Amino acid sequence: MSSPTDFTLAGARDALRAKEVSAVELTEAFIGAVEAARPLNAFVTETPDRARAMAKESDARIAKGEARPLEGLPLAIKDLFCTKGVRTTAGSNILSNFVPPYESTVSQNLWDAGAVMLGKTNMDEFAMGSSNETSAFGPVFNPWRSRTSNAKLVPGGSSGGSAAAVAAQACLAATGTDTGGSIRQPAAVAGIVGLKPTYGRCSRYGIVAFASSLDQAGPMTRNVRDAALLLRAMASVDPKDSTSVDVPVPDYEADLERGVKGLRIGIPKEYRIDGAPPEIDALWAEGVAWMKAQGAEIIDVSLPHTKYALPTYYIVAPAEASSNLARYDGVRFGHRAKGAHDIADLYEKSRAEGFGREVQRRILIGTYVLSSGYYDAYYIRAQKLRSLIADDFTQAYKKCDVLLTPATPGPAFAVGAKTADPVSMYLNDVFTVTVNLAGLPAISVPAGATADGLPLGLQVIGKAFDEATVLRAARAIEVAANFTARPQPWWRAA
Amino acid sequence: MSVDKDTVRRIARLARIALDEARVEPMAAELSGIMGWVEQLNEVDVTNVAPMTSVVAQSLKMRDDVVSEGGNAEALMANAPEGEDRFFVVPKVVE
Repeated sequence: MSSPTDFTLAGARDALRAKEVSAVELTEAFIGAVEAARPLNAFVTETPDRARAMAKESDARIAKGEARPLEGLPLAIKDLFCTKGVRTTAGSNILSNFVPPYESTVSQNLWDAGAVMLGKTNMDEFAMGSSNETSAFGPVFNPWRSRTSNAKLVPGGSSGGSAAAVAAQACLAATGTDTGGSIRQPAAVAGIVGLKPTYGRCSRYGIVAFASSLDQAGPMTRNVRDAALLLRAMASVDPKDSTSVDVPVPDYEADLERGVKGLRIGIPKEYRIDGAPPEIDALWAEGVAWMKAQGAEIIDVSLPHTKYALPTYYIVAPAEASSNLARYDGVRFGHRAKGAHDIADLYEKSRAEGFGREVQRRILIGTYVLSSGYYDAYYIRAQKLRSLIADDFTQAYKKCDVLLTPATPGPAFAVGAKTADPVSMYLNDVFTVTVNLAGLPAISVPAGATADGLPLGLQVIGKAFDEATVLRAARAIEVAANFTARPQPWWRAA
Repeated sequence: MSVDKDTVRRIARLARIALDEARVEPMAAELSGIMGWVEQLNEVDVTNVAPMTSVVAQSLKMRDDVVSEGGNAEALMANAPEGEDRFFVVPKVVE
């Protein structure tokens, strides 16, 4: 081990228990890595003092033999999770000074498990974006660069800061949230593991709301075992979120190495799309071959409404967002415009100044599809499509246990490459968004790279609340792919 | 479906977002592009399909109707951009 920052989450846990390293040593190494990674702009707020205090407490607990499951492990938290006493911005100017008086349930679960907070990670504004370019705090840069160019690439989004921080080894692991692909898509293009759990697995309490029927928190980690470890700590039924589900949270690590022998893996033909680079299809075929070689049964399935998932999402998500974001009015918290002459003027100016362009666009779409005369034609039709999309999965799962697909239609792209055309940006989520509409768990696992050395991911989709099988299949891919490449740390010299 | 400038002004008003006149036309074009793209949903026959109301099949939980927290007005006021005592301050709404 050349540096404590090379540890995986599970590796660091084991080293702390064996007293090979202290929580304070580990935390100091990561505080240094966070500072060194500043050129990536992965963090909106760094919390080194809090990290040091938490690490000290962890060392005391370890000394007394009272270590909790994540004792002394330094994590980064997406800036969508409210953290008591620590500014929480959601990547937006409208919340640039917001200091929550309460803690999100997921982050509270992590602190109760002994984890250490390094800081809050950058993200697309209100999680609306696929490249981390809509953040009011500037874009995040992907630690990975092409072998043939020094151009700065996006880390995906909306959990781009978390993905970059994990890939740059500026934290052991991070939290993300996924509404249409915001954990899995950045994980894939940053060469890390990202898991979106079943809707209801993690509490949404204290997570700044985007689209409440789609939002779900999940782990972003260096490997599959770490995702299993972190998910177990994040998940809980919560009286503060009536949609959190009371299903036992298993020990996901226990079954991880069981392999895929006899597992029925469905291959949905609709995920072969025109215009995708050939290396995406090639990687997918390789994934199928790996599973077959390990004894899985490969089954062709059809999800016939797949092509309607993105347009359905772009009605449902903006509709929910326009309703959720109505609370930002410049009165109770958040940005307030100066010089308003009446209350309506105060609302309109505060929101115009506080929200960025993409957020305004989505609020307007949502307002439009919910407005009188359009509600049935757009919103109700989209909710019917959503039923059909969910039923596609129900039918497929009569024949198979999990599905294997590509995670993204391509690798990380250059900063600015897709900002001019909203629809081309939205297409980044073509393989991930179906899962949110159906509420299912899915993981992106690094499986290969382009000819230029940029990471690519494969996605495993599971049945509701069957994250254990998803993780087991992902582990089998991880073993077969043996993706060990690391980005060159160019940001340290920047 | 093309979204015209009057529609943009109307929904911006409904959404309480002040939109400079210079941004109305570009926004109409952007929204028309997006709404044109979602038009493809009309290809699907949705007769007799029930709209989704809950993504995970579960009945709504009930709890006792009791106060679970309270008495924290100061914490709630701490983020108010303008407050006086324990009141939020807004421009005059009654003449």
